[in-house]
Amino acid sequence: MSDDIYREIILDHYRNPRNKGKLENADVTVHDSNPLCGDEIDIHLKVDEGVIRDVKFEGKGCAISQASASMLTELVMGKDLDVVKDLKKEDILENIGLTNLGPARIKCALLSLKVLKVGMVKYYSENDPKSAEQIKNESSLY
Amino acid sequence: MQRSIVNSYELRNDFPIFKKKINGKELVYLDNASTTQKPYTVIKSITDFYSNYNSNIHRAVYQLAEEATTLYEQSREKIANFINVRPEEIVFTRNTTESINLIAHSWARTNLKKDDGIAISELEHHSNIVPWQILSQEIGTRLEYVGIDENGFLDLEHLIELISSKKVKLVSLSHMSNVLGTIVPIERIIKIAHENDIPVLVDGAQSVPHMPVNVKNMDCDFLVFSAHKMLGPTGVGVLYAKKEVLEKMRPFMGGGDMIKEVFKFHTNYNEVPYKFEAGTPNIADVVGFGAAIDYLKKIGMENIRKHEIDLTEYALESILSLNHLTVYGPRDPNYRGGVISFNIADIHPHDLATIMNDHGIAIRSGHHCAQVLMQRLDVPATSRASFYIYNTKEEIDKFVNTIKEAGRIFKI
Repeated sequence: MSDDIYREIILDHYRNPRNKGKLENADVTVHDSNPLCGDEIDIHLKVDEGVIRDVKFEGKGCAISQASASMLTELVMGKDLDVVKDLKKEDILENIGLTNLGPARIKCALLSLKVLKVGMVKYYSENDPKSAEQIKNESSLY
Repeated sequence: MQRSIVNSYELRNDFPIFKKKINGKELVYLDNASTTQKPYTVIKSITDFYSNYNSNIHRAVYQLAEEATTLYEQSREKIANFINVRPEEIVFTRNTTESINLIAHSWARTNLKKDDGIAISELEHHSNIVPWQILSQEIGTRLEYVGIDENGFLDLEHLIELISSKKVKLVSLSHMSNVLGTIVPIERIIKIAHENDIPVLVDGAQSVPHMPVNVKNMDCDFLVFSAHKMLGPTGVGVLYAKKEVLEKMRPFMGGGDMIKEVFKFHTNYNEVPYKFEAGTPNIADVVGFGAAIDYLKKIGMENIRKHEIDLTEYALESILSLNHLTVYGPRDPNYRGGVISFNIADIHPHDLATIMNDHGIAIRSGHHCAQVLMQRLDVPATSRASFYIYNTKEEIDKFVNTIKEAGRIFKI
């Protein structure tokens, strides 16, 4: 129950988020919100030769949404877009260690992944529309 | 005979939902500003309707249809009587939101013009903001916001200025805030507005279920509210307007039942209130709403108000003693309804609501369909506990203990 959700690591990322802030000269910036909760996430990406060179997020919201975003930035930092593009929601839930969330709170946990995927679609749509389509089609978050 | 005080412990037995366990715990339902639970009598009246009277109303001449029509119209009479108006001044809609949209479409569109102001306040629910924004985009009316002070009270001076300078041609206000609980001095406002020939729409979604509301004393031009926030079923709303006003309004939707005669290229509309009830209405739920009114009258609205003042006072006292806790809205329970919005330290309301749920406690978290107010309070969201007749002080103790528990989990 709640003690399992709000573990030390979640509270730590909530209160001391990693990679939080704006990214100057970002290649992609995407914003989305969850109207149910009012959770908001912005993700900034710096991409170079198919690799995420830098990533930062801004946001406000519940501990789950903000910790999940913080952990997601750590997960994708320095990774190939090809790898990131295949991230599934199960990967995220496992990454934050919350696999038993109910339907309402799962949206909080997945908001940052949704924003990241939208960002990648935005990035690919300029030089690789095929991959953009692929992410759209494969992502159940759309 | 009316009971002098509300015996919540006894009343709870009338509500089947309280037999349900949430996470193995008794349900503590504190989201009554959103919707209330339903007593057996209401549930039974609906199944009874479908079992024994089901047919369409107003047209057929067979016995069943006459019985159904009688039940439907009896509900209208009960509701009219409840707020002290005539039955033909009660229009059934789907909910408060639809009632306000009906007024925006059928009254405001004809009676307001470009640059006319509409006064609303920072307390409003989205249902009393968005229809006026849409109208403004379409015909060029302007929204004028009346602010609130740090205790959640309306800036009456500003409102009076807007009224007396004739900057506004309609005042549309929530009688009781669904977030702060603030009770607006509506009778005084209506008196001043009427001295300046300005009509007033009262959003009674939160007030009509929780305190005596007498339209004859209040003298509002429009009153809107929803059945489901006062023990009735979802899908039934009410619009009250004076008969003369309704008669001059253009129809909202066209179709069956709202007509007197239909010709190839024109139609003579039915008399009010039927002119505004196109198509087969929500018959069974209107009947169910009648049963809810019966139940409330048996307890007495004065008693309900007293009970909620009592609970609110108790709850405020308990939570204000907690550290790191901010309560929004008036402190004096006599000037507010049984709705308490608050935040504690850096615990997001959704996280608090999740912890509450572990203990079977249903509270609301979020912006409560009042984002303009959230912007005014400068918070993204609040937690909200709201009370009704079946809530007890024991439940408030559980609620307060769980806030403490959340503090422990979040290490504050």
